[in-house]
This record gives sequence, C-alpha cells and structure tokens, in this order.
Amino acid sequence: MAQLTKSLKARNSDLASGAHQLEVLEHAGPGISFAEKLQGCGLFPLKPTGITIFQVNIGRMCNQTCAHCHVDAGPDRTEIMTRETMMQCLAVLKDPSLETVDITGGAPEMNPDFRWFVGEIKKLNKHIIVRCNLTIIVSNKKYHDLPEFYKAHNVEVISSLPFYDADRTDRQRGEGVFKSSIEALRLLNDAGYGKDPGLLLNLVYNPSGAFLPASQVELERQFKKELKNQHDIVFNNLYCITNMPVSRYLDFLIRTGNFENYMDKLVVAFNPSAAAGVMCRNTISVGWNGFLYDCDFNQMLDLTVHGAQTHIADFNISALNQRDIRLGQHCFGCTAGAGSSCGGSTV
Amino acid sequence: MEKNHYYNAADLKKFPSVGEFGKDLADKFFAYYSAVFAEGALTAREKSLVALAVSHAVQCPYCIDAYATDATEKGWSEQQMMEAVHVAVSIRGGASLVHSVQMMNKVKEISM
Repeated sequence: MAQLTKSLKARNSDLASGAHQLEVLEHAGPGISFAEKLQGCGLFPLKPTGITIFQVNIGRMCNQTCAHCHVDAGPDRTEIMTRETMMQCLAVLKDPSLETVDITGGAPEMNPDFRWFVGEIKKLNKHIIVRCNLTIIVSNKKYHDLPEFYKAHNVEVISSLPFYDADRTDRQRGEGVFKSSIEALRLLNDAGYGKDPGLLLNLVYNPSGAFLPASQVELERQFKKELKNQHDIVFNNLYCITNMPVSRYLDFLIRTGNFENYMDKLVVAFNPSAAAGVMCRNTISVGWNGFLYDCDFNQMLDLTVHGAQTHIADFNISALNQRDIRLGQHCFGCTAGAGSSCGGSTV
Repeated sequence: MEKNHYYNAADLKKFPSVGEFGKDLADKFFAYYSAVFAEGALTAREKSLVALAVSHAVQCPYCIDAYATDATEKGWSEQQMMEAVHVAVSIRGGASLVHSVQMMNKVKEISM
C-alpha cells in the first residue's frame, strides 16, 4: 500500500466527497444490496439494540496520513470540534445509559480542548476510550506526558498497529511510524498500561492491503509473542478490524485494481451472526461539527442519522433508539467473516 | 469462450463447481479439504504456510494466488513466506540432485 502524503481533500480528489463515494459503492459487489442481504436474515430494517456507546470524532487533524484512513485525516485537515460543541456533548452525556465515551479523530489529542474534554467526561463517571495513533505521544514534547494523563483519567487506550514489523506498518502508516509506535508503546507500558489491571492498552490490527483479517485469536497470539520477544512490549487485546471501502482505502482499492475483487470478497463472506452484532446497533457517532451518524463510516460518507434530529443540539435518545439505521454497500465491511467493529471481531 | 488460456485467475472462484460433473466425489474432496485445514496438532496458520510452499512445489497458479492471500491474512510476513518457498525449492532441487547418486553409481558401474 503506497504511502500518500496528502489527504484526498487536499488533492482535490472526487473521492473526498461522500456523495461520490456512495455513487461508486452503489454499483459495487455481485449484484446484491446490503439491505437485501439483511432482508434475507430478518434484520431489515436494521434497528438499534439500545445506544450505550457515544463515539465522538473531535477532529480530522492528524500528524499522520495513513494510506487506508477512512477519515481522510492528515496534517492538512483543519476541521476540529469546538468547545461549544463539546459542551453540547457533555450535556447529552448526563444520560446514564450512555456508559462509554469513545474519543476518536484524526489524532484527537491535537484538538486544543482535548484534555479539558476528557476531564469533564471523567466527572460524569463514564468509561473513556481514546483512539490514540501512538506516534502523537512522541511527536512533540507537549505530548510526552499523555501516558500519565491517560492514567490519571483511567482512560482505555486503543491504538493501531497493523503489523509487528516495520515494513508492513510503515507501508500503511508512513515512514518511521513503526519505530515511533514502539517508542510510544514503551512509554505506555512504563506508565503501567498493558500491565496494571484497569489500565487497558488494546491494539488494532487492520490489513495492510486488499485482504481480510484472519482469526483475531491467532493474530493476537502472534502479536503478543513477537512484540514481547522483539521489543519487550505488552498489551491487553488485539482487535481485528476489516478495512472499509471508504475514503482513502476506497481510493487505494480503485487505484490498484482491487476494488471489484475486494467487494466480492466482502459479499461472499457475509455472516448473518456478524450482521446481528454490528456496532451501529449500540453506538451513536458524533462528528466534529456536532452532526449525528450511525457510525464513523457513515460520518465520512455524510450520511447523517435518519429522522428529524440530526445534530447534537437536538439529541433525543428515545427517538434515536427507534430509528432505522442507514445502510449502504460499505456495510458489507462490518459483516464479513467474524465481523468487524471498533472493538474488533463481533462473532 | 476464451481461447488459448490454460489458466484464468477468475476460474479459481469456480473451483466449488467441479461437483457439476461428479458431485459425490467433489463433496468428499471438499469435506476432506476442510478437515485437513482445520485447527489440529498444527494450527490453521501453520497449515497455510505449508500450503503456500507446496503450491510452489506443484506450481499451481490457483493455489499460489489462494495461499499467498491466505498466508498474508493469517499474519505471515513476506520474509517468512519467501523462506517457506525456498524450502519447497530446496526439496525440489534436492530431489533432482539426489538422483545424481544413481548417475554416479551407473557411471562407475560401466567405467573401467
């Protein structure tokens, strides 16, 4: 997977537009829609099982430009959540049924209000997840204390590491990323992450190319063995995530002539059990500008939730729990094989 | 129908259809195949690497496509996969070379 240095938006690519991506995806796959597949297993229309996870994307700014990024994040992206929108989120988060707050980006730490936001969420006694890209910790002196900050707020850290060697990692995430990631993991381990009970450090594996992830159990075993033996790094769980045919990964698939085969693979691997457990059934996704989505992928395709209340200012959990979840051909990415979610396999 | 193509990558997807000309034996083969590749004393991951090496030994392009993908998915690195291929190559090469003992025997037998 060739590393690109600019976002699709900065390159004025057609694929920077959600509408264009949806048009490309609509004609993908061997002649069957995702909705039809769900009908076949009695899951259409797809309904929430009850929202308990509040996933909030606080900005598209990032210190990396990963080749597969579904957010099209990078240093050239300036969209970040304002403190005003964060305050609207905090008002919503007083609802006790929202148990977990999953903070993502870009590199969420680059939002100047990140630490304030985490501190305020903690006061509401929520479980907090931060999706940290690792390299941000060592990218600048002002971020070096992040492991201690996470520890002080009992944050669960989830970080991407697509492989346990530099070659495959750097091809996906950029030159030198593996080395910096190992350095950051060492700092997290030193703070007790991955070692002390309660300081959870989970890694995310997603394939560095046009192929699907294998068994999460086996890959986790392999990652643990290699990272311990080669770098003395420990972590808790490995989450295997299938790459969604969205944004820069979609661009990669098309550029390399892999798009058709990849979509065929996803459709052939459709698993009704995985469909029943998709994350959009218990998660709501909030964009940097406060709009509400069924998931982070629908967010990048500009598909706001069905219904009248599409913004955090109008958040109504009862109405959201009754809505029909918006579907598209990209959803096959979450239902292939053992399933895929922000928490890894679902089956 | 395409002509003059002994191998077509798209035919790999049609492998399950070989039952069309003989269902019973095909069903038995695929059941056996699934059983062979299941977790056992060797893991499914280890079996994938063995299959990749054997694919090269038997020079089957379909098998190479299938197990290059499968072994990558199962987390084998490029270096590990290439080493496995060299194992196959060395056995193939060794199989030829070891016959040179027979050649030597024969030459010595007929020589003064």
